[in-house]
Amino acid sequence: MMERTLMRRLTAGLVPAVPYLWLGVLFLVPFLIVLKISLSDPAVAQPPYKPVFEWSDIAGFFGALDFENFILLVEDDLYFRATLSSVRIAAVSTLLLLLVGFPIAYGMARAPERYRALLVAAIILPFWTSFLIRIYAWVAILKPEGLLTQVLMAVGLISEPLDILNTETAVYIGIVYAYLPFMVLPLYATLEKMDDTLLEAALDLGSTPWRSFWTITVPLAMPGIIAGSLLCFIPAVGEFVIPDLLGGSETLMIGRQLWSEFFSNRDWPLASAVAILLLIILVVPIVIYRDVEARRVEARP
Amino acid sequence: MRRSFAPWANPDAKPLIRFENVTKRFGDSTAVDHLSLNIFEGEFFCLLGPSGCGKTTLMRMLAGFETPTEGTITLGDQNLAGVPPYRRPVNMMFQSYALFPHMSVEKNIAFGLKQDGMPKDQIADRVGEMLRLVQLEKLARRYPSQLSGGQRQRVALARALAKKPKVLLLDEPLGALDKKLREETQFELMDIQHDLHMTFVVVTHDQEEAMTMADRIAVMDHGRIVQVATPGEIYEQPKTRFIAEFVGDVNIIEGHVQGQENGLWRVKTSSAEVPLTIDDPDEVLHSGQAVAIAVRPEKMVIQRDPPGQGAINVLTGEVWDIGYLGDWTVYRVKLATGEILRVTRANASRFVQSPIEWDEQVYVTFAPDAAVILAE
Repeated sequence: MMERTLMRRLTAGLVPAVPYLWLGVLFLVPFLIVLKISLSDPAVAQPPYKPVFEWSDIAGFFGALDFENFILLVEDDLYFRATLSSVRIAAVSTLLLLLVGFPIAYGMARAPERYRALLVAAIILPFWTSFLIRIYAWVAILKPEGLLTQVLMAVGLISEPLDILNTETAVYIGIVYAYLPFMVLPLYATLEKMDDTLLEAALDLGSTPWRSFWTITVPLAMPGIIAGSLLCFIPAVGEFVIPDLLGGSETLMIGRQLWSEFFSNRDWPLASAVAILLLIILVVPIVIYRDVEARRVEARP
Repeated sequence: MRRSFAPWANPDAKPLIRFENVTKRFGDSTAVDHLSLNIFEGEFFCLLGPSGCGKTTLMRMLAGFETPTEGTITLGDQNLAGVPPYRRPVNMMFQSYALFPHMSVEKNIAFGLKQDGMPKDQIADRVGEMLRLVQLEKLARRYPSQLSGGQRQRVALARALAKKPKVLLLDEPLGALDKKLREETQFELMDIQHDLHMTFVVVTHDQEEAMTMADRIAVMDHGRIVQVATPGEIYEQPKTRFIAEFVGDVNIIEGHVQGQENGLWRVKTSSAEVPLTIDDPDEVLHSGQAVAIAVRPEKMVIQRDPPGQGAINVLTGEVWDIGYLGDWTVYRVKLATGEILRVTRANASRFVQSPIEWDEQVYVTFAPDAAVILAE
């Protein structure tokens, strides 16, 4: 009897500990390492920074850490511009994703029930191919002599080859294409749960279908809209592959900056500082989201 | 005042709602089948029937959520064909209530008024009025998730009434409430309807609910109306066996018409030795015709002593079951033919000297005018 309760208490304590353990080992510890590197100085050595942690000289170790890299980030407006440009591109992409994703999710939620599982599978299907290959495929589509130009010229819509590749437009196309499932699935989940009689009630009370959409459907889909937007916005800010392959050298994004500091300049401390900066930028919308959610829950328990 | 209300009996009265030869098909199945019906202004009208009889489809066509496949529906002088739900002077209280979960009680009630572009202060007045009507003043700022089932029902009612519709549709309005609350709410609904002089159309599968509230009941089966009449007529003069069995309890005795004597029908049955005598002068029957005799349980008399010489409509059997309900006692009497009769007796006195017991030999009798003959 005693043993059993002890076992139960142990398991009851262990189960919630698992995610914390996971986060601690795979997120918190690496984060602290990166934080430490961001406070170090670059060095021509292996690893390419100093000081290296040593038990014998803890005081000297902490004394060698400074905020030099962060000061550089603030002083050189390249990082500021890259951050701003990343946030802008991610925000515009998220908006485009909402515009494209909402009708798709709405259509899926309205489809006959027997087709819905199939439609969800179809949305996830692109994941079966490598992300990198799919983005390369867009290069083939968007380049001046690419598929899109050929089709549009054949139809007669344009007479000159399109010059989209290596522009921001191509980046938007790439992000919208690659992130669409992350927008559609949470939207679909909330729209599918929605009770259709609520719309009937709105119509019955004199609201046109268009107004009912804005006064009933959109507010009730808000959790899905927020979740989908965050799921797209957050990774889009730090996106590296899409701007690198489709955006050309002109497209300034913080993820690319990080990459070039790390691999081209081999300046690990500065790259780590950029990574920390990126994290701080992304924590803000999450905190806002949680705050809004908490207030909503408080308002109607 | 209420008693004299019978516009359907007045040939000059103009109906408010007219269904003319309305048919609604969904694919292969016919939900409503060539149905015609008039509903008058100020009526409390019930559509009663088992599930799948087409009553909800009929109501949804009136609200504008379904379009008739054939036939026309008119409201006042307006043909409703092609009029979308949001332009109909009709409001509906949904079975699930369909309250907007993201709006407070007062916002829910104000929703319809806002769509009409009513000025804000007038909306506030009207919402206040509605909250008083359903006694929810204190809960105005609550959200639907914070209300009990009965409170939600009231909000749904207030929201549907707020726009003062010409017709209020109620889809199983009391279905989700428990028995006690349901009874109270029935009378409240009747009072509200009476005070506001509004036309109510209620869909229900609960015959008790329909009997209590309605001025007239339309009993539906398989997309058709079987009988439209007042609750009293439906109960005492059911047109068909379906209605007799659907509305209230009934004993059915099958037999064949033997003839007519002094205006009374004589019906030969296997349940009684002597042919039964039935006073149902309106029926037109011929000798040898197969008929069903319908007698309500409370119109039968159960006794231990044999009735005197020359007594009519005597059935003998033994007590099979006794159910004591407090106000009533239900006896199930098994006849020699194996048929089981249901006889109820009001428990008028608290103590009975020697009550009828299980397995006792008893006599069941009924008056000629207690029964209805239903042609098979």
